[in-house]
Amino acid sequence: MRSVNLNFFYSQFQALHDINLEIESNKITALIGPSGCGKSTFLRTLNRINETIRGANYTGEILLDGVSVLSQDVTSLRRRVGMVFQKSNPFPKSIFDNIAYGPKVNGMTAKADLEVTVERSLRRSALWEEVKDKLQKPASALSGGQQQRLCIARAMAVEPEVLLLDEPCSALDPIATLKIEELLFSIKDSTTIVIVTHNMQQAARVADKTGFFMLGKLVEFDRTETIFKNPSKKETEDYVTGRFG
Amino acid sequence: MATRAQPAPIPITKPSTQMGDATARLGTMFFAGGILIITLIIVGVLMEKSWLTFSKFGFGFLSGTNWDPNNEQFASLPFVYGTLLTSFLALLIAVPLGVGAAIFLAELAPANISSVLTFLVELLAAVPSVIYGLLAIFTLVPFMRDYVEPGLAATLGFLPFFQGQIFGVGYLTAAIILAVMTFPFIISISREALLDVPRDQREAALALGATKWESVWDVVLPNARLGIIGSIFLGLARALGETMAVTMVIGNDPSIKASLFAPGYTIAAVIANEFAEASGNMHLSALVALAFVLFLLTMVINGAARLMLARTARKNA
Amino acid sequence: MTMSPRTRWRYAVNNVMLTLTALCTISTISILFFILGYLVVNGISSFDLAFFTQLPKAPGESGGGMANAIIGSALMVGLASLIGIPVGFLGGIYLAEYDGGWFSNAVRYAADLLNGIPSIVLGIVAWNLLVVPMKSFSAWAGGVALSLILIPIIVRSTEQFLRAVPNSLREGALALGANKATTTLTVIVPAARRGILTGIILGVARIAGETAPLLFTSLNNQFWTTSLGQPTASLPVMIFTHAISPYDDWHRQAWAAGLVLLTIVLLANITARFVVSRNVG
Repeated sequence: MRSVNLNFFYSQFQALHDINLEIESNKITALIGPSGCGKSTFLRTLNRINETIRGANYTGEILLDGVSVLSQDVTSLRRRVGMVFQKSNPFPKSIFDNIAYGPKVNGMTAKADLEVTVERSLRRSALWEEVKDKLQKPASALSGGQQQRLCIARAMAVEPEVLLLDEPCSALDPIATLKIEELLFSIKDSTTIVIVTHNMQQAARVADKTGFFMLGKLVEFDRTETIFKNPSKKETEDYVTGRFG
Repeated sequence: MATRAQPAPIPITKPSTQMGDATARLGTMFFAGGILIITLIIVGVLMEKSWLTFSKFGFGFLSGTNWDPNNEQFASLPFVYGTLLTSFLALLIAVPLGVGAAIFLAELAPANISSVLTFLVELLAAVPSVIYGLLAIFTLVPFMRDYVEPGLAATLGFLPFFQGQIFGVGYLTAAIILAVMTFPFIISISREALLDVPRDQREAALALGATKWESVWDVVLPNARLGIIGSIFLGLARALGETMAVTMVIGNDPSIKASLFAPGYTIAAVIANEFAEASGNMHLSALVALAFVLFLLTMVINGAARLMLARTARKNA
Repeated sequence: MTMSPRTRWRYAVNNVMLTLTALCTISTISILFFILGYLVVNGISSFDLAFFTQLPKAPGESGGGMANAIIGSALMVGLASLIGIPVGFLGGIYLAEYDGGWFSNAVRYAADLLNGIPSIVLGIVAWNLLVVPMKSFSAWAGGVALSLILIPIIVRSTEQFLRAVPNSLREGALALGANKATTTLTVIVPAARRGILTGIILGVARIAGETAPLLFTSLNNQFWTTSLGQPTASLPVMIFTHAISPYDDWHRQAWAAGLVLLTIVLLANITARFVVSRNVG
C-alpha cells in the first residue's frame, strides 16, 4: 500500500502536504510525531474513513496493490483494510456479535461458519481463554484492555490484508499495552500493520519501519533502527531524543 | 473444533447482503420530506379556508368585537382578548412558582430527591388536559365561586378587575388552571438552564461571602436568564393553544369584560364548541380564521422560545 | 460571635427565600397527588366490570360503561401510531444520519413548527382533509389528527437519541466494511433503541390523552363503531361530554373514565422512565 503526492484538506485547512509513503506488506509500520501532525489523518485516509467528515477532501493517490482506493467500492476496501481506533469502540452487543459483525455484513451467514470465525479471531487475539465462557455477555462488561483486544479481534475477523491502528494503546495500562504488542507480532506474518502512536518506545519496540510526521509533512521515513539511532534529519533527532516541544 | 469445516474465505467483492445506501437515503428522505409537506399542507389549508373571512371582514375581523353566527357577523377580538388575558394571568402565577421550584430542584434539593421530584413534575406535565378540566369543574370552580372570588371582591373589590357578579367560571379560573398546566414546562426547562450554569460561578459568589440565596439571585439566575425566559415562552405558547381545560371552565361568553370574575372565551374554546356544529361556510371559515390567528400567535411565541433556548445551548457549548 | 444587623438581615432573607422555593416545589407537586387522590376516591366508586364491557347509558339511567370509547381510543391511537411511528422514526433517522444542509434544516424547522401547533388547529386541518371529502366524521380522521401530533415528537426524539450515539461506533462499523445503511440499521439504531423507544412511548401516551383534535374528526358515538369510516367514541371525548353534562350518573362515569385514562398515561410515563434509566445506569 502506498500514497503518492497526497495532500489532504479539512475544508480550507490543509492537514497533509505531499505525502509519499510506501507501506511494506507483512511488516509493521509505525507513524510517530507530535499531536496534530497529521499522522492520524494520514491513517484515516488509507481506508477512506475520513470521507465521513464533512469538508474532507484530498488530492494525490492512495494505491492498494497498485489500484487506487478511490476506484474501489468503499465497503470492500474497508473489508480489506481494517482499522482499530484510539478509544475502544465495542458495539453495544454481545462479545460474539461484536466479532461476528464484520463477517456478517460481508456476507457470511451460516451460523457454523460464524462460530468458527469468531473462535479463530479470539484465539489469534489471545482473548479466547478469557472470554470463551461469556461470549453472549455484553462486550461492555470487559476491561478496557480486553475491549481494545476485542476490537482488534473484531477487525481481524474479516481477515483484512492491512490493519490500521490509531493509537490503540493510548488509554491502556502497560500490561494491556504489552498484550496488544504481542498480538501485533503474532498477526504480522499474515497482515500488513500500520500503527499510529504517540509513544516512541512503542514504535521502537514493535515497528520494522517508522515514519516521522510534523506539521502535516512526512519528515523522514526509514527503518525503525535508523530513525531512532541515526536519523538523517535534525527535526527527527530532536523529537526522538525528547528535545522537541 | 478440528473436525469442523473451515468457512470459505470472505469474499472481497461487494457483498449483496447489505441494503443499498442510496435506497436507505432516499427512503428516509422520503419520510423526512413528508414532514415538510405535511406542515406546508397544514399552513395551506388554514390559509385557504380562512380566506373567505379575511376577504370579507378584512382587518375588522381582528379589531371587531361582534361574534354573531346567526347574522353571519364575525370578529375575533373577544377571543383574542380572552386568550391573551388568561395566558398572561397564568404566567403571573406560574412564573414565580415555577422558577421558585426550579431553584429548589436545581440548587437546594439533594440530587436523588431532586430527580424524583423532577420526575413527578414531568408526570404532572403528562396529565391530559381533559383531566385538568374534569377536576377543575368539580373542585376549582366551586372553590373559586364560594371562597376565592368573594374574598378577592371583599378585599380588592375597589379594583375593576375584582368587581361584578361571581360565577366561579371565568377568566380567573381559566388562568389558574392554565397556570397549573404551564408550570411543569417552566420548572423542568428552567431547572436544566440553572443546572447548566457553571459551578465556578456559584463558588465564586459563595467565596466572596454571599449567602446561598444571594449566589442564586445575583449570579446563577442572571446566568440562566435566557433559558428561563425561553421556558416561560414555551409555557406561554402552550397556554395560548390549550383547549379542553379552558373550554370547561372559561364560561364561554364572547364579550370583553374588565372583571376577571366574568365568563369569557378563548380562541381554542370557541373552535372546540362551535366547529362541529357550525352553521354554514362563513361560520366555518371564521372559525378556521381564528385557528389561523392562533397558529400565528403560537408560532411567533414558540419561535422566540426556540431562539432563546438555542442561544443558551450555544453559549454553554 | 455577634452578627451585624445587616448580616442578620441577609441571613433572614436567605432563609425566607430558600423556604419559599421549597414551598413552591411542594405546592406544585402536591397538585399531582391531589389529582390522583381525587380521581381515585371518586372514580373507584363508579368503577365496575360494566365500565369495561358495556355501552354508555342514556342520561338518568345508572350503570353502563364506556367499552366502545376504550375500543375507539385504542383504535385511533393504533391508527395514529401506524402512521406516526414509521414517519417519525424514519424521518428522524434521515435528520440524524444524513445531514443534508438546507433540506434537513427545513424539515427540522417544520417538525418544530408542527410540534408547536395547538392540537385543536390540527383537528381543523384533519377535518378539512378527511371529514369533508369523506362526508363523515370517522376514526380515520381522528387517527390522522392524532398522528400529526405524534410525528414531530418521534422525529425529534429519534434524531436526538441517534445523535447521542458516539461517532466511534459509526466509524467502527464502517471500518469493518459495513455501508452506511447497514451501520445505521445494525449498530446505531440498536445502540439508541432505548431512547427511541422512550420517545415513542411518551408520544403515544401523549396522544392517548388528546381530546381537542378528536372533537370534530372522530366526534363521538354512543354505540359500537363497526367501521373506521364512522364517528367513533374515545375516552377523552367521553370524559369531556360527560363532565360538562348536568347529570350525576354521567359525572360518575366521567370520574371512572378519567381514572382509567390517567392510569394509562401515567403508567406509560413511568415505564418510559424506567426504560431510559436502565440505559443510563
